[in-house]
Amino acid sequence: MPPKNCAICNSARAILKRPKTGQLICKDCFFYVFETEVHNTILEAELFKPGDRVAIGASGGKDSTVLAHVMKTLNDRYNYGLELFLLSIDEGITGYRDDSLETVKRNQEQYDMPLKILSYDELYGWTMDAIVAQIGKKNNCTFCGVFRRQALDRGAAILDVDHIVTGHNADDIAETVLMNIMRGDIARLGRCTSICTQGEDTIKRSKPFKYAYEKEIVMYAYFKKLDYFSTECIYSPDAYRGHARAFLKDLEAARPSAIIDIIHSGEAFEIKEVVKATQKLQQTCKRCGYMSSNELCKACTLLEGLERGMANAGVTDRARKRMDAEGPAPENLRTIPFFQQPNGLRRTEIAIAYTPSS
Amino acid sequence: MSTITLSVQFSGGLETLFGNRTAHTVALPARVPVDAAHWAASPAQPGSEQAGTEAETKPVDMAYLLHHLRARALTARPELFLEHGTVRPGILVLLNDADWELEGEGAALLHDKDEVVFISTLHGG
Repeated sequence: MPPKNCAICNSARAILKRPKTGQLICKDCFFYVFETEVHNTILEAELFKPGDRVAIGASGGKDSTVLAHVMKTLNDRYNYGLELFLLSIDEGITGYRDDSLETVKRNQEQYDMPLKILSYDELYGWTMDAIVAQIGKKNNCTFCGVFRRQALDRGAAILDVDHIVTGHNADDIAETVLMNIMRGDIARLGRCTSICTQGEDTIKRSKPFKYAYEKEIVMYAYFKKLDYFSTECIYSPDAYRGHARAFLKDLEAARPSAIIDIIHSGEAFEIKEVVKATQKLQQTCKRCGYMSSNELCKACTLLEGLERGMANAGVTDRARKRMDAEGPAPENLRTIPFFQQPNGLRRTEIAIAYTPSS
Repeated sequence: MSTITLSVQFSGGLETLFGNRTAHTVALPARVPVDAAHWAASPAQPGSEQAGTEAETKPVDMAYLLHHLRARALTARPELFLEHGTVRPGILVLLNDADWELEGEGAALLHDKDEVVFISTLHGG
């Protein structure tokens, strides 16, 4: 086939067919439209304000590596005025996370951003290796997911940031929409397409790559020669998500716009107030101070189960009741350090006190 | 010239299916049988002219390369590489640094010293 010219600049050789639009574009125009679309997503959702301290949840994988690169590029190009940090969670998985953290450490130098690594071991006293050694490979993703979410918030509090951005891309969100439909989880279906989530006292989290196709993220990393790590987690992948993912990739092969179409469908769902009202009220965990929908947060429940040798207590209601029947938690039980919110209020006061004269 | 030499690269986790090696050098016959049914019967022998004598031939293309990689280079789990006669959805293919969708995918012709890159997008981010 003869080389085709870029549909945007009409001069350079096209190297990519955009899945979203079918447009054939050259390398430079691809970089420009990819970055500009993320910029537009950020502006439309009003994700940041000047002076925000923002942590990039960095795993060393393709999405977060590209996110760090694009956030730095846009912050410089459009003067967002953000202070950017890298925040990595070390789950303690030998041969997987230790290798990917090396990538994050290189990113720290390449992008000149401060890096904070918080480990499950220092926060919970358990590595995933130790958890799997005790409970096996079944359900270990439950521990990892709950522990990671809380670890990210705690890492963000240590860095005193206002905001965490994660590398979730359009494919991830479309998968989640499909999974929530298949599970009939209407409450989550209503929330899962939000670009930004912020509870009353949680740190703001958002997904600047919400509309960015995985294919373009990988192409961006390839053409920019970004340094990323790609290995499957050695402790069983999320099987259910795997099915949704394979199905979505088949849909994309048949019609590339399917991914963005599914996100738009998800956004268009109207969830009745009755469904929203059935969600439990948020409170503060009495043991560790983290937000929770019960007296004890999920991480504290899981940790108590591990410590008392009844690991399933945090996984099923029945096992939880069995542990409760064994009596209260022992006095010397290992617990998670008490959660301190980053002092956003303090900075607001400073900002008000400092009013530049006009 | 009866054979061409390609540089083939696997990344994004795909290298684990190819002996954990990222960079491969692959020699293919310059012409291959038109009918894919003859491919398995006459596997590529670099330098061999036999492929051309029995059946009608055509210049070697990406579809033949996929067949060759599966038969000769793949060391594990072929279903993670090919599906329905092409690469599995989620695997990106670049021919001389351009998306192979622009070059006709399986029908894209290969030439000596071409560079082909396969990248899996299926691994966590």
